[in-house]
Amino acid sequence: MSEFQTNSRVIKWIEHRMPVFSFLDHSVGRSFPAPKNLSYLWNFGSLAGLVLVIMIVTGIVLAMQYTAHVDYAFNSVERIMRDVNYGWLIRYIHMNGASFFFIVVYIHIFRGLYYGSYKAPRELLWMIGVVILLLMMATAFMGYVLPWGQMSFWGAKVITNLFSAVPFFGEGIVTWLWGGFTVDNPTLNRFFSLHYLLPFIIVAVVVLHIWALHQFGSNNPLGIDTKGPQDKIPFHPYYTVKDAFGVGVFLIFFAAMVFYAPNYMGDPVNYVQADPLATPAHIVPEWYFLPFYAILRAIPDKLLGVIAMFGSIAVLFILPWLDRSPVKSGRFRPIFRIFFVLLVIDTVVLGFAGANPPEGTWLLVGQIATAWYFLHFLIILPLLGVFERPKPLPTSISEPVLKGGGSMAGATTTPMEKA
Amino acid sequence: MRKGLIFGLAALAAIATASSAARAAEEGPALPHVEWSFDGPFGTFDRHAMQRGLQVYREVCSACHSLNYIAFRDLAALGYDEDEIKAIAAEYTVTDGPNDEGEMFEREGRPSDYFPAPFPNEKAAAASNGGAAPPDLSLMAKARVGGPTYIYGLLTGYEDPPAGFPGDNYNLYFPGHQIAMAPPLFEDGVSYADGTPATVEQMAKDVSHFLMWTAEPKLEDRKGMGIKVLIFLVVFTGVLYAAKRKIWADVH
Repeated sequence: MSEFQTNSRVIKWIEHRMPVFSFLDHSVGRSFPAPKNLSYLWNFGSLAGLVLVIMIVTGIVLAMQYTAHVDYAFNSVERIMRDVNYGWLIRYIHMNGASFFFIVVYIHIFRGLYYGSYKAPRELLWMIGVVILLLMMATAFMGYVLPWGQMSFWGAKVITNLFSAVPFFGEGIVTWLWGGFTVDNPTLNRFFSLHYLLPFIIVAVVVLHIWALHQFGSNNPLGIDTKGPQDKIPFHPYYTVKDAFGVGVFLIFFAAMVFYAPNYMGDPVNYVQADPLATPAHIVPEWYFLPFYAILRAIPDKLLGVIAMFGSIAVLFILPWLDRSPVKSGRFRPIFRIFFVLLVIDTVVLGFAGANPPEGTWLLVGQIATAWYFLHFLIILPLLGVFERPKPLPTSISEPVLKGGGSMAGATTTPMEKA
Repeated sequence: MRKGLIFGLAALAAIATASSAARAAEEGPALPHVEWSFDGPFGTFDRHAMQRGLQVYREVCSACHSLNYIAFRDLAALGYDEDEIKAIAAEYTVTDGPNDEGEMFEREGRPSDYFPAPFPNEKAAAASNGGAAPPDLSLMAKARVGGPTYIYGLLTGYEDPPAGFPGDNYNLYFPGHQIAMAPPLFEDGVSYADGTPATVEQMAKDVSHFLMWTAEPKLEDRKGMGIKVLIFLVVFTGVLYAAKRKIWADVH
């Protein structure tokens, strides 16, 4: 695409000293070419960025009124809800924003899984994304502790206690994490400090994620490389306006929850102030952790359960080397498609298993779903790469099925070499 | 586009069912069906019901239950004017101080004061109530599955205990059915200023309505603003869609 051009003398003056305008132009402007066939599933990256900004802005304002002390935290949140001007609005946005952050990011991840966005040459881009997911989970967990409700306290206790499973050093690590001998004021203080810090680290890692993205550009629904200018369109105005429309649709869903069901995704027990002497009947994490919680509890041994839970994310790290199929997009992988749908169902089933007490049928369901999760990544994907016969790929994005379709017999197994 | 929307909606539906399943696991018998004026996107509080509910709280519940997050000034939302609020506050005695001599002293309540708790601390509350402190009621309507409907069910759900029941009080809706609180409401337990017959159901409904307000005092602001925000977003998104269609018209 063309070089950055302008007639404005001010912009030229700045550009000469610091090329910020051409940088923007290359990042999200006319000089950043993108495949022209991106579907609406490609909107969720920019949506995740938007939610991150919403969370940071509302979080900074909340921190102005919040008190990180076991005796005042719950009260200070209620003051925000009752006496601070529009405090209820800011807090409900922040609270539901956490859930919507995970909704958006989970869709973003499943999109990447279906279209093979983790494959060469985008492995590092994918791995940086998994790092962002881990940072998000840590941030969300510590943020949930801050209102110091019953589930805040007991959730913190259960999750920090997981580290006691570490051989030899377990108890020491847990005491070190707590800053004492139970979840108490030092724990709350450090969680607040880290909850404020981690989002900015996420911003930094998002910059790396976008940097890696710009090296080869977006993957696309066909999973084939762009072959020339006829396959590409400039990011601006095409994808800026498409992302803006996506933002509008997203905000409609978001506002509907914030204004009409703000507590729907939360646990009522967290409106009871933390009481270290009264354990709630069921300790459950927020919905976005339920599948991982199910994996943790599927294995009777504590240490192995913790390893399995972290392993469920670790397999995502090595996913680019587990799935060796040369074809990226699930559209051209008839057997992979079936297993992808099964994986989606499996994670939803894990969510239900995590929501229910680990006994009887639900424990068994959780164990089967956990086994399937690992089976999918560790056995099925590597085997599919060898045994699956992908459908013929189109020759280019511009002429999807017209010429490159099934008629070309030679293109069945290694169609990508035709480039 | 359609695929993306279906994908997104399916994901939302899965989340919605999963989170309600999480709560279903904690639920007891199905709650009675109650219609609340604050239900739905245009719902508002009923001032008369809340005033009656306040009366029930003050004459019945407040003997054991605190209402720590509510100040007398907040009662303006129930439709009381400044003088009425001052009069209500003045009926209470609050401890203030220390004064210039370093002594704590008692004085009449002011609108800026919070409802005084019936017991000086949680230990005292527990000691006077057979070992279990009566919980604060401010957030009760958000702290229980079913919210105000659960409170209504609990207050009207007392039944004769089945044979062999270990406790004194059997409540249909309380988890485990064994509740420490004796039935608090009796026919004509209060005499309503507005002449409404004080049946147990009426009092239970009024005080649950009042407690929904104490738990979520900004409910009317929230729902009122939500309509405006959503109308704006729908129009704005429509404009963005038109812009998208126009800009993309030349891409094939």
